[in-house]
Amino acid sequence: MESIIHLEKSVSRSPSELMKLSRRQLLKRSLAVCGGYALGGSFLAASDAAWAMELKALSPESMATLIQMARDIYPHDSFGDALYAAAVKGHDDTAAGDAEFKQMIEEGIALLNNNAMQAGNSSYVDTGWESDRVALLKGIEDSTFFSTLRGGLVVGLYNQPAVWEKLGYEGSSFEKGGYLTRGFDDINWL
Amino acid sequence: MSAPFDLTDDSVVVIIGTGAGGGVLANELAQKGISVVALEAGGRHLPQDYINDEWPSFGQLAWTDMRTTSGSWQVAKDFPNLPAWIVKAVGGSTVHWAGASLRIQEHEFRTKTEYGNIDGANLLDWPITLADLEPYYEKAENKLGVTRTNGIEGLPGNNNFKVMKAGADKMGYKNCHTGRMAINSAPRDGRAACQQLGFCFQGCKMGAKWSSAYVDIPQGEATGNLEVREHAHVLKIEHDNNGQVSGVLYADKDGNQHLQKCRVACVAGNSIESPRLLLNSASSMFPDGLANSSGMVGKNYMRHMTGSVYGIFENPVHMYRGTTMAGIITDESVNNPDRGFVGGYEMETVSIGPAFTAAFLNPGAWGREFAASMDSYTNMAGMWLVGEDMPQESNGITLSDEKDQHGMPAANVHFDDHPNDVAMRNHAYKQGMALYDSVGATQTLPTPPYPSTHNLGTNRMSAKPSDGVVNKHGQSHDIKNLFVSDGSQFTTGAAENPTLTIVSLAIRQADYIAEQMSSKGL
Repeated sequence: MESIIHLEKSVSRSPSELMKLSRRQLLKRSLAVCGGYALGGSFLAASDAAWAMELKALSPESMATLIQMARDIYPHDSFGDALYAAAVKGHDDTAAGDAEFKQMIEEGIALLNNNAMQAGNSSYVDTGWESDRVALLKGIEDSTFFSTLRGGLVVGLYNQPAVWEKLGYEGSSFEKGGYLTRGFDDINWL
Repeated sequence: MSAPFDLTDDSVVVIIGTGAGGGVLANELAQKGISVVALEAGGRHLPQDYINDEWPSFGQLAWTDMRTTSGSWQVAKDFPNLPAWIVKAVGGSTVHWAGASLRIQEHEFRTKTEYGNIDGANLLDWPITLADLEPYYEKAENKLGVTRTNGIEGLPGNNNFKVMKAGADKMGYKNCHTGRMAINSAPRDGRAACQQLGFCFQGCKMGAKWSSAYVDIPQGEATGNLEVREHAHVLKIEHDNNGQVSGVLYADKDGNQHLQKCRVACVAGNSIESPRLLLNSASSMFPDGLANSSGMVGKNYMRHMTGSVYGIFENPVHMYRGTTMAGIITDESVNNPDRGFVGGYEMETVSIGPAFTAAFLNPGAWGREFAASMDSYTNMAGMWLVGEDMPQESNGITLSDEKDQHGMPAANVHFDDHPNDVAMRNHAYKQGMALYDSVGATQTLPTPPYPSTHNLGTNRMSAKPSDGVVNKHGQSHDIKNLFVSDGSQFTTGAAENPTLTIVSLAIRQADYIAEQMSSKGL
């Protein structure tokens, strides 16, 4: 799962260049969208340059929308965007090899943005309150687009060791001798 | 003759499947000097291969061949192509079982008599009694090393158990302990003691839990009388002009087909695959499938009434530390129709990691409520509710329009809850939630059934040939050298986890087959 998190070091540009690029197109939220094809594709970076993601098929705007959707579907305020970005990165890979899938994603995002405009916002991502964005998601809940995204997140988000750490789960234990001497019966509040 | 055996050797017993039924039967027959070829659809994974990580382990072990679903059960909506969570590997589902080893209660062998006529239920008394099975339960408990039997100590209770026990005491339940488990509390029978790894469902890397994969199968192989063919996916059982089984057709890992001749065939592929195989083996002599003169092959599918309750507390529980099924309350397993349903249920601790919790806690749910539950993962305790469901003739396995990788019709699993199942589940949810509330839960989560792990009844045992598929020895009423050796022979489901009973029936069946072979009855 970590292999799909393209951290800064995997991008062949320095953070300062990244920041320069990021100013060309900056979303109002925490994600910075970087256009251009200098890397053979476009890429998306966090506005604080903490991480960046190369994109093969989807536009940076589309990926930023998917990341916001991921956060709104499973909102964990202690999770950074990198965890959500990692969770939806696979859709870009799929889109790169499947034109029909790419079209389904892009049309889904277009519909979501259209609905946001009907509601008086410039886009889904620019809709300020979570509850308003959730209302927009409710409107497309029965679509293949939404179910593909939500279904993918169940594994894509919650199967990340970095997420387990956030949730306090200690995971694999055999190599540590199990939990027999590591708190299997340490409950003290009953 | 000793293993390996020739395809043309028609003196062998062919066993299809190597789990609790087939794996045990294979060893028991081999110990008696009988030549056995066991055909296993999956590969061989042993403790050193098991993975302490839920999804990779699922990829390694689970049966994920094409299956379809229908009916009003929630699994059909949540997991349309995964009706059951069972294993495709040597050892079958004994690789991932939790280890709970309970005997069926006396009255549960005669539910037609005990419960009376229940609308829509196809109840039937078993053709055997608890007394018939008791000697075999004793042998099975000794073989598996079941705690709280044979002088074996119970396992220590983990945090998840301690929450359950404190709640049980508050609720006035009298029978709560760390279970009768086929998990070593101390080294025994060449197997290590449990180190509380917390990955019972992923295959026990300690080998502390009994599994036919690394107990019965190697024991049988050591006799020289057992050959296990891995990645041998059985397509069809063939018969001769006299209507007796003559051989078993299977595809190897490259898809090449082979016909193994045999004297006897035993089907032990689980309650979904076994009836599917009998139906897929239809011929001009048996147009409705083998062993199906009663029309009951594939019918009366039971999956146990199940559900889970998770409780969230102010303080940490870390339910995942230690054995998955760490304790049990048996007070509700009695038949007390005053509760609004017949039959009973067990309450057993369960824990799953965050990856599976996300998938199974409330399938399809999203938003802040769901995420908040996940945020409370470490403060969560869990219990699984497992009880007797009603056999219904309309619930069952049929051949799907979809095909598997070998071009054979896949199984469709149809299930509707019986009103009795719904009433029992609602009662169980209420009791489970009240239990966690009694020890200070801040949230309780009544969680819907997971894909079925206890698949039962689709080739049921009956005294009369018109009522079921096999007799009291698991032998086909129609074809005397065809046996069913897995949980599909269960006449009714009872409240208890079925593995111990499947093992006991396999030991009993081995005695019968050996006796019949030596007396030329087979």
